[in-house]
Amino acid sequence: MTLHYDVIEDDFISAGEASSDLKKVLKQLGIAPDIIRKIAISMYEAEINMVIHANGGTIDVEIKPDKIYICLKDTGPGIPDIDLAMQEGFSTATDKIRDLGFGAGMGIPNMKKNSDFLKITSEVGVGTTVEIEVDCAKE
Amino acid sequence: MNKGYHSIELIEKKCIGCTSCIKRCPTEAIRVRSGKALINHERCIDCGMCIKVCESHAKKAVTDSLAAIKNFKYKVAIPAPTLYGQFDKIFNVNIILTGLKQLGFDEVFEVSRAADLVTEYTVKLISEGNLKKPVISSACPAVVKLITIKYPALIENILPVNAPVEIMAALAKGYIAKKGINKEDIGVFFISPCAAKRTQCLYPFGLEKSEVDGVISIADIYIKLRSLIHSLNLKDTEVLAHSTFKGVSWAVTGGESEGTKLDSIAVDGVENVMNVLEELENGHLEEIEFIEGLACTGGCVGGPLTVANGFVAKNSLQKLKTFMKRDGALKTREIELNPQSVNFEFTKPLHPQYSLMLDKDMGKALEKLAKIKQLVKELPGIDCGACGSPTCEALAQDIVNGGSNIEDCVFMLRSKVKDMAQAMVSLASKLPQTIQG
Repeated sequence: MTLHYDVIEDDFISAGEASSDLKKVLKQLGIAPDIIRKIAISMYEAEINMVIHANGGTIDVEIKPDKIYICLKDTGPGIPDIDLAMQEGFSTATDKIRDLGFGAGMGIPNMKKNSDFLKITSEVGVGTTVEIEVDCAKE
Repeated sequence: MNKGYHSIELIEKKCIGCTSCIKRCPTEAIRVRSGKALINHERCIDCGMCIKVCESHAKKAVTDSLAAIKNFKYKVAIPAPTLYGQFDKIFNVNIILTGLKQLGFDEVFEVSRAADLVTEYTVKLISEGNLKKPVISSACPAVVKLITIKYPALIENILPVNAPVEIMAALAKGYIAKKGINKEDIGVFFISPCAAKRTQCLYPFGLEKSEVDGVISIADIYIKLRSLIHSLNLKDTEVLAHSTFKGVSWAVTGGESEGTKLDSIAVDGVENVMNVLEELENGHLEEIEFIEGLACTGGCVGGPLTVANGFVAKNSLQKLKTFMKRDGALKTREIELNPQSVNFEFTKPLHPQYSLMLDKDMGKALEKLAKIKQLVKELPGIDCGACGSPTCEALAQDIVNGGSNIEDCVFMLRSKVKDMAQAMVSLASKLPQTIQG
């Protein structure tokens, strides 16, 4: 099954709603707690990044019995150096964002840690696509 | 933990089938069916919200009556510190404890004494560094149950330590048994502000069998206790107190975490607790050491089995604590409890409850979910509750799971009636050939 979410730009109040909804769905499907934890963390980080850096965007989720695939697309400024952005502590956050507790530079490393596959493709001035996969192996 | 048991009961003749409880239940465990509120056993966390919001007083928590103590030769009361907050002009705990004893008990021990020991143990355990942070307090049984149902990923954060009431019951039995009384003859009764504690005592989590033999509601004994206290001759007051003001603080939100001196968040009210748990689930708050989450507003003083307003009780407890802190104001007794003989830690792991799961077969669950998403688009989305389900989404689930029909929605029904009426008008305008012309 597929799910689609639109993420609105510069809106911290509703940031994270897509992740919340997906978490609810995963619980209805009886997905194991450790997998829910991984998806919750990686998708939330990605969703928040989208709000901070990229004026929002869209999220498409595909749920299969063995795998959850999440694709976050934006038409934001793009990431000039993906390898640098992957490093722990690297941050471009403004003070306004940091005041809200975001932008500690752990976003992408956390996403990597909490997924089984992570692919970031980006073109400056065009946008960024983040693909996350989490395996849900049956116990 | 037993999936199918909870302590909340419906008084059917009082239930008018309104939507108050279904709308406020934090786990959407209640539906109105055939005009009466029906609780889903697997989802109820015993938080008591439905008891508090029901204007018809149709919900009650099942507790033991005072008469139940007669089943034991040696009767022990272990009151929650919340009891002290029910009396706004009595600051001498000994008066309250003497009154309580006179209700028919042989001995009275304060749960707050065990609270001090639990704090000590918790701090030690956390400092050893083997627990996943932030550590979530296991003191509120409703919050623990909430986590196993709604936030299974956070089970590993729950402090694997028994609640003070459990520790006190075990300590009390050990202490009295040393006097030569058979353990089987000792009945320990918790004097409770909390609806969830009876479930915990019958079907405990974290341990095989609870040492608490019964749970008596504060509200049930209040009137009797009050008149006993009022008629008490002050010189008959026994010295029964043996706790510190820190232990008493557990009755109010923040008391437990302050005692630990850890970097903590203290949150109360189920909805607020859920918001914090949601953040935790997203991987936030990892720098916090301890989370004290209490289902009732204000903490246990806001429990459904209390009499005094929770905020008033908080004020009374504050005064009582000031009295306790004054040197020599409160006479206390020394009793030698033996904490080494008691098991503080969980001996049974907690398990996720999967009560929100649509189907055991994931393929079928996916099919159901697709149907639910489709139905949600068709339904009006105003969450009125008139169908007996708390939200339009819940109705969609109930339709897919069987038990509800789309016509249970008054808006959908109206629109169908309208279509039908239009079809009838159009049929009526089709005159038979013999009349036409």
